[in-house]
This record gives sequence, structure tokens and C-alpha cells, in this order.
Amino acid sequence: MATIEINGKVVEARDGAMLIEAAAEAGFAIPHFCYHRKLTIAASCRMCLVEVEKAPKPLPACATPVSDGMKVQTRSPKALAAQKAVMEFLLINHPLDCPICDQGGECDLQELAVGYGGDVTRFAEGKRVVGDPDLGPLIATEMTRCIHCTRCVRFIAEIAGTRELGAPGRGEHMHITSWLGGQVGSELSGNVIDLCPVGALTSKPFRFRARAWELNARPAVAMHDGLGANLWFDTLRGQVLRARPRDNEAVNECWLSDRDRFACAGLHSDDRLRQPLLRDRNGWREAGWDEALPRAAQLLRNIVDNRGGEQLAALAAPSQSAEEYYLLQKLLRALGSPHIEHRLRQGCFTAQEAMPLMPGLGMAPEALQAGDAFLMVGCHLRKEQPLLNHRVRQAVLNGAAAMAINPVVWPSNYPLAAEQTVAPSRLAGALAEVAQALAGGEAGGEAAAMAERLRDAEQPLILVGAVAQMGEYLGAILAQAMQVAEACGGRVAFLPEGGNSAAAWLAGAVPHRGVAGSHAPTVGKHLRQLYAEPVAGLLLLGIEPERDSLDPAAMARLLEAAEGVVALAAYDSPLLREHADVILPLATWAESAGTQINHAGLWQSYRGAVAAPGEARPGWKVLRVLGNLLDLDGFDFNAADEVLAELRAAVDRQGAFAPTPWPAVALPDAPASVEAVAALSPYSVDAMVRRSPPLQAASDAPQPCCRVHPALAERLGRPQRVRVGDGAASAVLALEIDERVADGCIVVPTAIAETALLGALTGAISVEQAA
Amino acid sequence: MMVQSRNPAADQGMTELSEQSLAEIDRWIAKYPVDQRQSAVMAALRIAQEQNGGWLNRALIEAVADYLGMSPIEVEEVATFYSMYELKPVGRHKICVCTNISCLLRGSDEVVAHLEQRLGIRMGETTADGRFTLKEVECLGACVNAPMFQIGRDYHENLTPERIDAILDRLD
Repeated sequence: MATIEINGKVVEARDGAMLIEAAAEAGFAIPHFCYHRKLTIAASCRMCLVEVEKAPKPLPACATPVSDGMKVQTRSPKALAAQKAVMEFLLINHPLDCPICDQGGECDLQELAVGYGGDVTRFAEGKRVVGDPDLGPLIATEMTRCIHCTRCVRFIAEIAGTRELGAPGRGEHMHITSWLGGQVGSELSGNVIDLCPVGALTSKPFRFRARAWELNARPAVAMHDGLGANLWFDTLRGQVLRARPRDNEAVNECWLSDRDRFACAGLHSDDRLRQPLLRDRNGWREAGWDEALPRAAQLLRNIVDNRGGEQLAALAAPSQSAEEYYLLQKLLRALGSPHIEHRLRQGCFTAQEAMPLMPGLGMAPEALQAGDAFLMVGCHLRKEQPLLNHRVRQAVLNGAAAMAINPVVWPSNYPLAAEQTVAPSRLAGALAEVAQALAGGEAGGEAAAMAERLRDAEQPLILVGAVAQMGEYLGAILAQAMQVAEACGGRVAFLPEGGNSAAAWLAGAVPHRGVAGSHAPTVGKHLRQLYAEPVAGLLLLGIEPERDSLDPAAMARLLEAAEGVVALAAYDSPLLREHADVILPLATWAESAGTQINHAGLWQSYRGAVAAPGEARPGWKVLRVLGNLLDLDGFDFNAADEVLAELRAAVDRQGAFAPTPWPAVALPDAPASVEAVAALSPYSVDAMVRRSPPLQAASDAPQPCCRVHPALAERLGRPQRVRVGDGAASAVLALEIDERVADGCIVVPTAIAETALLGALTGAISVEQAA
Repeated sequence: MMVQSRNPAADQGMTELSEQSLAEIDRWIAKYPVDQRQSAVMAALRIAQEQNGGWLNRALIEAVADYLGMSPIEVEEVATFYSMYELKPVGRHKICVCTNISCLLRGSDEVVAHLEQRLGIRMGETTADGRFTLKEVECLGACVNAPMFQIGRDYHENLTPERIDAILDRLD
């Protein structure tokens, strides 16, 4: 520790701390632009000049480390004169176009200019003008306003890890741009909007929509990946206009992924359901809740009375609130049905009894940063869980080894210590080789290298991701991952794609377990069994059936086979219109109170930021009233908190959970024909994201084309277009040749309109040349 | 007012580093630790520039970036920072005229005027026959014999209009 004096106050500061940090801790704010606590120090803006005793000139507080006995003046005449002089220079080339600038009202330069700027400019010469690169659909540019703090360049290089932005030119010719002015592709790119201290980089979707001071900031928790990033929804007149990160070091630090930031553009889409819909002889008609709810209750009651409770099943999307999952399973189980499912994109259920209480990391995201070996299996971490990937990247920069066994070589923003590219059916086999190598057996080069890094690590972590989840080999992969983890003293983190999967597991929205992993008296049918043996009645929660299932064709058959379908849905869907009997408009998580349970098991509750459109209502309220109308006990909740309290009490009562041991799952045989790899774009994961125009225009948006290895393309006759799937359940798509795909596989986009009728995109798939 | 605009010439010229250039770049890479290939970026850009007749285009910047494991924008930052990298085609002979204080006091105005008059171009331009480019530069460290200019790798000092004519007459 160093003892220094700031403005006459004696302060203890950490050795190596910069003056600006020590001053901030002591309560002295020093004006700055380029300094940011999460980025390296540039000391380029010079705004933080302070007077230090015995130093001949003012020193930048952001780049001056504390030393014992230092005496600092941050507001002495000399310091203020230096700060004001810097401000005068910064404003020389700044256009001062605040009235037409989106940053106006939340601009660091504007605010500091009030305190440090002059009243009149002494600069009579011409100001410089800089051309604007088009950085894509998310970031608007107005580079003449730039003050060259280089926060954006440092963020993209250091946190996003892509080095897509730079500052070519020198002196007055320096300007921030991308190579050839192209689009920025990072999944974290939107953060440069927050970092930019002026209006050079602003949010494109939010452009000219509102002034900062008109907005109400409402806290929320993002529900697009399992992290539950904390954010602010800025609202105006009942509409969410934008999302900004809400600082939470334990979850998202001060960052947001582009998906969490720009998904809210899909909230107010035209196809939101605003009114309950009833099907009668003449088709669909709008109705009031007073008519729709009794009709829905009657429909469910008829199925239970006439066909039996076990003829009813409930399906929920994996990004609903914990309260909704809890009430859904409570309702279903009270009606005598054990069939509750949320794992709509899971391809395999063989090992479900051995699954832990809930999927996730089992540790804080922060702890990842201290990890020393990561093995990603069927996991495109960078796009599936962007901010977890950022933590892993920081660990790798600190010397950790990241490794991957995947069906595709996805571009990584950190070097991988070892990598294997194999077909999905071989993922488990590749893991088995690593386990063998760990046990001292013979193994191939990459497997041996992986085993060595895992063996040397103190806390190896095996990350099984959504790519593995979406295959039919998940059971074998998880079983082998457990073997590897046991052999190296590590752990397995299963990270499914849903935004609130952990809550669904915990609240009992699975067919084989009750709340908090409690014993289910009857084990219900999982999704595959439901597809094979459909039931008479369905209750759907938040599902867009043609997009939210790994096997949309089977989902359509399931809906078709049902006699009665009650759907709670936020967005309209042709398949629901075709098969449902009652459609109840649902509020999204942005519009209702609820709880997200993240990868780390952290419970994060939120309140609705805005009212749902029209007559749409929160799911927990609808389920509560359905419970009342069906004369079920224990549905007298007045608030979401009460539902949560009941869930929490049930979890506390349950105590420790012991899953059954992992079964020995045989290594799968590779299919004889071409193997499908489902490609779920990060911007296709849920209904809201799919309706966000800026995300759908971004470079990670789903592309309606298949990709194969050159060798397979050769065997297929190098067609331009291919037909994948059989008969009616087939689709014709463009074919791209990509040597990063494992040979023998075809990567097929899922959750897009073009493949909405395909069967499950896993295992063998027929591929032929299309005209 | 100054507007940065795209350079229309940036797509012309060579698109790949020659075998010889790569071999020469490898010699520079060898001077640095193995995990710091990018340290050779300045030398690599100079080599690429010489290969391409004295100037750098986009393709060569990309080629250097690719070879050194850098992103193209990083290499562009270097190429646009230093004034000795040319981003537009230059003549066979680049005449770098010092107009800094010592040369100015010793008559660099006259040198500039004579060159412009003789070649029929202004500073920063290239003759139509592609022989000469005139470039204004800062101090080249030869103040003792000011005024001076540099052509290729040679310094020419104590310049007068007659000496300039004699020097230019000797060039092809």
C-alpha cells in the first residue's frame, strides 16, 4: 500500500494503482475520456491531467502510478488550467452539433465541456471532416465527432478479441475505422456504443428515437442465453426503445452481448398477439379473457375427464420464467399428467435420470476467468454464450488452455491449445479417447495433447454446449464427458441453449422429476416419446412450434394429432393457427415479473419494464386463473413473488439432490450416410430475437444455406443446390463448400422458415443434388 | 476542410508478396522472438513497397497482415502512420525535398520552385511519364549542407538550380 495525499486528504492506495483509481476511491472525480477501468490505458485524451508535487508538468492521472508520499492536486489552478486547455483542443475539431446528436444528454464531452469548456472558441480555421464507415446494422457512425480516445479500438481488440477496428492515419489525419470500412462482426460489438464518450458511435436501431432525458430506465434480466445478463430497458410511452448493460461484476460486468442488447427490437413486432383468439366453426375470432379462459379450462377439463390426465401434455419454451414453469408443472400434475417438457431442442434423453439438478456451470462466471483448462465439446461457446466466452478468453490470455472437439472449426477469438473436428456421432468417441489417454492408454496426437493439458490443470472444465444438446448423441457425450472429468479431477458444465433452462429443471418442468429434483411418482413422456405417441390434449407455453423445436415436422404432427390445443403465445404462428383451439396472448419476460436462474444457479428476479401490448397477460397470471377455473388447490397467488416464494420453499425443503449414477452409454455408430449438424444461429434462438430487425441484418443472422467439407461436396457432385431430408419433409437449399466442416457432415440451418418442415436435424440425413 | 476519401489507386498494382519478398521478410521475422512475428511489420511493409514499385496497395497490406498473423487494420495503422510508406503510385524517382527550418533558411523555396518548374508538376504529384514524384518531407538530418533532397537512397546536398539540373539529367 502507498500513502498519498490527494487535495490535502491522506489516502491509502494499492501499490501499482493509477492516480485516477486512487482518487476515485477517495471520492475525487477526475475528468477523463479515454480511461476505462476494464481497458488498457492509452492516456491519449489528456483530460485527466493533474498537478503532482515535484513534477515539472501536469501528469495524466490515468497513467501515473501512485507512489508513497505523492502529493496530488486535482483541482489546483495549474491542474484546472491544464484540463481546460485540453478541453479547448478537444473542441477544436468537434462539430458541436449536440442538437442533432443522439448522444446529447448522455455525452461525456458535453457534460465536461460545461465545466471545462470556454464560452467562445478561439479557433477560426476550418474544422476537419471525417467520412463515416458503415459498421453494420447495429452501430451508427458520425466520425467527425470522434475525439480519438480509442476506447472502441481497445474494446474490440482486448475484450471482443477481434481487432476489427483501428485508427489509421497520424495526427489530424487519424480516424477510427474498420478495414476498408467494413461491417464489424463481433458478437459483443454493441458495447462500443456505451464506451464511446461522444456521439461518434451510437446505436443504429435507437437512432433519433428519443432523447436520453425522456427515457425511463427499468432494470431487467436478459433471457437469451443462460447467463441472465443484467440490463436496463430504456422505455418511453410504454415502449422499450433500447437496452443497456446494468453493471454486475458477478454476471455480465459492464458488458452486454449484441443479442441481449438488440433483441428488444423484436418486442413490438407486428405479429405480437394482442387479444385472446378462439377457434369456432367460421375460423378464428377475437374474444375477451372472460370468454377465452373458461373455454381453455373447459377444453383441458374435457380431455382429462374423457381421455384421462395422462392424455394431456405441456410444452414450454426454454426461456420462460421460473414462476411460469412452476405453475405449469403444478397445473399439469394436479390434472394428473406427468408429461411436462421444455427441452424442445434436445435430441437425446437416454441419460436424463443422471442429469444434475439443473444444467449450468455450477460456479460463478467470474470463476471461469481463473480456470486453467477448458474442453469444449459440441459447443460454439463464442456465439452460444458470448459473455462466458469472454471469461474463458480472459483465462486463456492468462495462460489457460482452451480446447475444442466440434463438428465444425468455428473461428475462435483466442488460440486453441488442441482441436479435433469430428462428426457429431464421433464426439463421444473422441472424448473416450481423451479419457483413455488420461488413464494411460494409447491415444492419437490431439487426444493425447488434450489429456496432457487436462491432467496438468488444477480445475479442468468440460463444457458441453448446444451443438451437443441438439444431437441424438447427447447421452453418450455427457457420459464420456463425465469419464474424462473423473479421470482428470475436473467437472462437466452442460450449457443448453435456452435462456432459462436451469429454472425449468429446478421448477420441475421436466417429465421425470418434480420440483427441485424431487421424485416424480409417474415418469412422464419426454419429447421424443411424445412425438412417437402423441396425446389428446396440449398446453403450450411461449412456443413458436415451427421454429422452437429441433424437429419441426414431428412437432407439427404432434399438434395435428391433438384433439385440443391451448396455446399461451406472445407471437402469432401459422402452425398454432392451424392446430390450436384457444390462443391466449402472453406477455414476454420484458413485460412481466419473473425470475431467471442462471448458469451459476443465481436467482435473479425482475419486474416488467413495460405493459404487454393489448390484452396480453403474464403467463403466471394466466396459469393461476386456469388453475382456479379448473378448481385446483393451491392456485391463489396474488403476485409473482408469492409463486416464487412457494418454489423457493419447495427447493429449500428438498435439500441435497443426488442424481442416479451415469449409465454406461454405448459409443454410437456413425451413420452410413451423410450426418446432419443442426446450425442454430445465435439470432434464431427465441421468438423475440428472430423478430429483431437489426439482429436479422447482422452478420451472425441465419443464412439459408448448407455447408459441407470439400471432400463430401466432391462425392455429391459439387452441386450448387441440394435437397436435404425426405419427401414432404425436405428442403432445397444452396450448398456452400467449407473446409472447416468435418467430412461426412452437412451443416443445416435450423429455426428458419426454409427448414421449418424438416425432420430432426440429427443423425443420418438424405442429401441429393437439386435442380 | 479535409475529407478522408478512398484512394482510387488502392486496387491497382501487385496483389501478392513474391517469393523473394517473403524470404527477405523471413530474415526480419527471425530477428524477433518466435511469438512476435508482428514485430517485423515495418520491414515487411518496406519490402512489399519496394516489390511494388515504391508504393503499397490494399492487397499487399492484406498479404503482409496475413503473413504476420495480424489483422489488416493493424497493418494499415502502421502504413498510414509513417510518411515513408506510399499509398498511391509514385514515379520511378521519388524526390523528397526537405523544407524544414535549416533548408528553408538556406533557400529550399528556390529548390522547390525550380523542381516544380522543370518537371511541370506540384509538390505531391507525379509526372505524366511516371519518372518523377515530388514530395515535401521534414528534416532528413543533413542540415550542415542545406538545402538538400533525397532521391532513392542518395542524399544530394548544397543544392542550386544548376546542381539540380545536373542531378536530374543523370537519371533515366
